Amino acid sequence: MCLAIPMRVTEVHGEQNDPLSFPHAVVEEEGLRKEVRLDIVDRWPRPGDYVIVHAGFAIHTLDPAAAETNLNLMREMAEHVIGSDI
Amino acid sequence: MSLAAISEGFRDRRLAAALTERIRENKAGPLRIMEVCGTHTMAIFRHGIRSLLPAEIELISGPGCPVCVTATGDIDLMIALAAKPGVTLATFGDLLRVPGSEGKSLAMARAAGARVEVVYSPADALDMARNTDGLVVFPAIGFETTIPVIAATVLEARSKNVRNFMLLVSHKVVPPALEVLLSDPELAIDGLLCPGHVSAIIGEQAYQPLVAQFHMPCVIAGFEPLDILSAVYMLTRQAGRGQARVENCYGRVVSKEGNPRAREIIYRVFKPCNAWWRGLGEIPGSGLELQEEFRDFDARTRFELPAVFVPEPQGCRCGEILTARIKPPQCPLFNTRCTPTHPVGPCMVSSEGTCAAYSKYGDL
Ligand code: SF4
Repeated sequence: MCLAIPMRVTEVHGEQNDPLSFPHAVVEEEGLRKEVRLDIVDRWPRPGDYVIVHAGFAIHTLDPAAAETNLNLMREMAEHVIGSDI
Repeated sequence: MSLAAISEGFRDRRLAAALTERIRENKAGPLRIMEVCGTHTMAIFRHGIRSLLPAEIELISGPGCPVCVTATGDIDLMIALAAKPGVTLATFGDLLRVPGSEGKSLAMARAAGARVEVVYSPADALDMARNTDGLVVFPAIGFETTIPVIAATVLEARSKNVRNFMLLVSHKVVPPALEVLLSDPELAIDGLLCPGHVSAIIGEQAYQPLVAQFHMPCVIAGFEPLDILSAVYMLTRQAGRGQARVENCYGRVVSKEGNPRAREIIYRVFKPCNAWWRGLGEIPGSGLELQEEFRDFDARTRFELPAVFVPEPQGCRCGEILTARIKPPQCPLFNTRCTPTHPVGPCMVSSEGTCAAYSKYGDL
């Protein structure tokens, strides 16, 4: 039930600061187009961004730089073993 | 690097093997780590994480499946509401087969003629209400990830003046339940693998009080193999050093402050109350109820539904499963009278339930 999955934004509609505009985005996931609501998203997405979607609402807009930092953190943790087997 | 390429990175086998090696080297001694979230339980099985870890690291499952902790009495109320003339119960699909008392479920009620519809989002339930004259009731279950979604739907219902849409509110918030579990010396938990998408809303900061009160290592994790392995590594590292702090292995989704906008919407619509958790009992301040100004949307008020305590299904040991006192194979009904096709308790019904995970994957 708590599944929340990343989807790519193709269009954004409505106003960030006007909840009564019921802001929403069109997202694509494996060729499927869907609408997701932006009422509670933490950062306003732009086309091309990925959002984490739960029960029809985006809850978070992913930042590629943060994702890369996240992966690098894990690389660093794993590093010295990897270093020794190269 | 593209986000797609980065996402692939979190499944990198070579890095996973290296992290496993680091965990072994750490020799932190026997550790009991509770994965709080049901989605973690499933991910741990799916990726075979247990088989990668040294024997002295035990992963135990916590109460983080919202379907599993929904009180039997609330399931009975849903079934009773669905049977009322003019009422449609629009629900997340996971609730359909959960047995209430006397083994009855919403699926059975539907087969007997009650109007029960499955929706993917509460917004779909609201749409349903706008297109019908009858009353549509949505059972509002779920933790901090789901609660703002439902709160936003209530705000929409009010602004569009939809009067035939209501909630049966059974929401639960996670930190008070963790406090109860950590206060229990019998459980001897050494570290918490904290939920990824609940934390996206409540933020790293939400675990600080647990660290302070219980000296408990808390690490927030995502759901890919590297996410979980690096979080376990961080937990063993903290344990080895005698530290306790909040660390975040899911920085691409979770920040220190979480999602304040979502929290603001939650508390505009709801306010804290006590809640009854299956397995854990009543926990002060762990539930949410509608604020006075939204009472029109409350099915409990409208139908004057009493809060009744209903005992758990006979023989079902979900209470002990949800508090990590036993593992599913220790329940005498496990895989005999209780199977995924004929579940006795909620831990077997929900796809995130611990019994369902053990039944699907075996005791890996
Ligand atoms: S195996 Fe079935 S009866 Fe036993 S605890 Fe799990 S859900 Fe309950």
